[in-house]
Amino acid sequence: MKEQNQQSSINNHQSKPYLFDKPKNVKILLRCFYCSLLVLLIIEFFLHKHPHFAWEGWPEFYAVYGFVACVVLVVVAKYILRPLVKRREDYYD
Amino acid sequence: MTDPVPPVIIFMVGALLVPFIKGRWKSAFLLAIPVVGFINLISIGEGTHWVVGFLDYRLVFGRVDRLSLLFGYIFHIIAFIAILYSLHVKENLQHIAGLVYAGSALGAIFAGELLSFFVFWEMLTVSSIFLIWARRTNAALGAGFRYLLVHATGGLCLLAGIVLHVNQTGSIEFGYLGLNGLGTYLIFFGFGLNCAWPILHTWLTDAYPEATITGTIFLSAFTTKVAVYALARAFPGTEALIWIGAIMTGFPIFYAVIENDLRRVLAYSLINQVGFMVCGIGIGTALAINGAVCHAFNDILFKALLFMSMGAIMYRTGKINGTDLGGLYRTMPLTCVFCMVGAASISAFPFFSGFVSKSMVMDAAAGGHMRIIWFILLFASAGVFHHAGIKIPYFAFFSHDSGMRPKEAPIHMLLAMGIAAFLSVFIGSFPGALYSLLPYPVEYVPYTAPHVVGQTQLLFFSALAFTLLLLSGIYPAEMRCINLDADWFYRKGGRLFFHVMDRTLNKINRVCERVFVGGITGSLARISKDVVPRFILLGMVSFWILTGSRGEVLQMKKMNVYNDFLKGTLPVGIGAGVAGFFIVLLFVLS
Repeated sequence: MKEQNQQSSINNHQSKPYLFDKPKNVKILLRCFYCSLLVLLIIEFFLHKHPHFAWEGWPEFYAVYGFVACVVLVVVAKYILRPLVKRREDYYD
Repeated sequence: MTDPVPPVIIFMVGALLVPFIKGRWKSAFLLAIPVVGFINLISIGEGTHWVVGFLDYRLVFGRVDRLSLLFGYIFHIIAFIAILYSLHVKENLQHIAGLVYAGSALGAIFAGELLSFFVFWEMLTVSSIFLIWARRTNAALGAGFRYLLVHATGGLCLLAGIVLHVNQTGSIEFGYLGLNGLGTYLIFFGFGLNCAWPILHTWLTDAYPEATITGTIFLSAFTTKVAVYALARAFPGTEALIWIGAIMTGFPIFYAVIENDLRRVLAYSLINQVGFMVCGIGIGTALAINGAVCHAFNDILFKALLFMSMGAIMYRTGKINGTDLGGLYRTMPLTCVFCMVGAASISAFPFFSGFVSKSMVMDAAAGGHMRIIWFILLFASAGVFHHAGIKIPYFAFFSHDSGMRPKEAPIHMLLAMGIAAFLSVFIGSFPGALYSLLPYPVEYVPYTAPHVVGQTQLLFFSALAFTLLLLSGIYPAEMRCINLDADWFYRKGGRLFFHVMDRTLNKINRVCERVFVGGITGSLARISKDVVPRFILLGMVSFWILTGSRGEVLQMKKMNVYNDFLKGTLPVGIGAGVAGFFIVLLFVLS
C-alpha cells in the first residue's frame, strides 16, 4: 500500500511542477524579502520611540541585535556545542 | 439546569465510559466531554466550592478565581483540540489516558489545598506515562521508565515538602508560600522539576518526542503548564525564578539548532517558552504575572499547533527527522500553512498570539531595570524564531526535496490544527478578549508603532541571518546523531551504578553461595546423615570386641546396626538402649 502510494507520488512529482520548483519563484521571494528588510530599516526613522533603555533608542538596534544574535547562536551551536555533545545514534544502546 | 460539578469529574466519568461506547457514536462522545466540561465550567461562579471533610482537614476541590479559571478555559479548549486531532486512534487506552490526564490537570488547578493538589499532581504523571508507552517502541518504553523515575523523585520531594510545611504551619491551604524553610524549598523543587528547569529538564526532551503522535499534543499542554500555574500560585515574585526562567529561555535554543528530530526541536522550544513564563512569575509584578499566564495560554495553543503539524507529517510519512523530510509543501499545503501560523505565533510576529503575551514579560523586565535579563530574553526571542519559526517549517516543508509526496493530513487533524491556528491569529489580532480574562487588570498596549517595527526588525533580520548562513553553507547540516544532555548523568550514571552493583553484590552473592550453600550446609548435611550411627558404633564395636566378636561377624554386626539406624528400623530395645547411653554420655560429658 505504502509502496504504491510512493510509486504514484513519484510519477506525480515528475508530471507536475510546484511553486518553488521554479528558481524564478525563489528569486522573487528572496527579492521581496530583501525589499521588506530595506523598508523596515528606513521606516524606523519616521517613528517616535519611547525606550525603556537607552540602547533601544539607537538607530537600527533591533535589526542589528537580531542579526548578530542569530549568527552567534548558530556559530556557537555548530562549532562549540555540537563537537561537545554529538554522539552516534546508538550511543545509549 | 443542574448544579455544576467539579470539572475533573466530567473528564473522569467520561474516561470510564469510553470502553462502553462503540462505533460512530464514539467520536461524538469523546468530543462532547470537553464541551460539556466547558459549559459546566462557565456556570461555576468565582469562590470556593466543594469542600469535603477528610480526617482533620477540609479538602477544597473548587477554588475558583481568575487565575485558576484562565487555566481552566485553556485546558478545556486544548482537550477539545487534542481529542479532535486523535479521533482516528482506535485504541481505548490512549483516549482514556488522555482524558484522565486532562482531568487531573483540571483537578490540580482547582484544588484549594495541598493534599488533593498532590494527588492530582501524581495522577498527571501516571496517566501521561501511558501516552508515551502507547507508542510501543523500545525507545518509548525506555523513555517512559526514565520519565516515571524522574517524576517519582520530584513527586516524593513535593510530598516531603508538603508534609514538612503542613507540620510547621498546621495549614494545608495552597496559597502563596514563598521560600521560607526546608518544606517550601522542597515544594519549590518539586514544582520546578515538572516545569523543566535547567538540568531537571531532560525528562521532557527525552520522553515527549518518543510519545505517540496524538499523545504529544496532550503532553505539551498539561504537565508544564500545571507547574507554571503552581509557581504563579505559590511563588510569585521569587527572585530565583527570574534567573531560572532566563536560563531556560536561553540554553535550549542552542540544542534546538543542532537537533535532528523535529519533535525534539519543539520539545526544546517548549522549555524556552516556559522560561518566559517562569521569568515573568519571578518578576512578580501585575504586568509580569499577567504576561506569564497570558503566554501560558497562548503557548498551549501554538505549541500544540506545531506538534500537530509535525504529528500529521509523521502520520503520513512515518518519519520525523530533518534528514528524512523536506519539500512536503507540495502535497501537504494546509498542514504547511498551519505550521507556519504556529511558527509565526511562537516567534511573536505582530498579529499572532505570541506577540501580545511575550512582550508583556519583556516589558516587565525592562520596567524593573533588569538589563541582563532583558538581553537574554531578547536573545531568546530572536533564537526561538530561528529554530521553531524557521527551522521547523523550512526543513519539513521546503529545503531539499525528499521525493515523498504524502497525502494531505486527514480532515479531523486539519480541523484541529485549523481551530488552534484560528485562535492564535484571533488572540494576536484582538488581544482584548484574552486580556479581560487575566488575573490583574491590564493597561498594557501591545500595538504601538515602535514595538511592532522593533519586533519585526528583530525577526526579519534573524531570518536574514538564517538565509545568509544557509546560502553560505555555514548553517549546521541536519545529522543523524544524538546530542548529549543532562540526562547523560542518569542514563550513563544509572548504567555505571548497575555495573558496580552487579560486580560487587553479585560477587558477594556467589561467594556466599559457595561457602554457605555448597560448603557448610553440604558438610553439615553429610555429617548429620550418619553422625548418630557412627557415634553408636564407636561404643558398640569396643563392646563387641570385648565380647569376642572378630572378623566377618564383627563386620556384619557393624553393617546391620549402621543400616538399621539409617533406615530407622532398630528394634525398640536397642533404640531405648542407645537413648539411655546417650543420656549417660551427656551426663558424663557435662
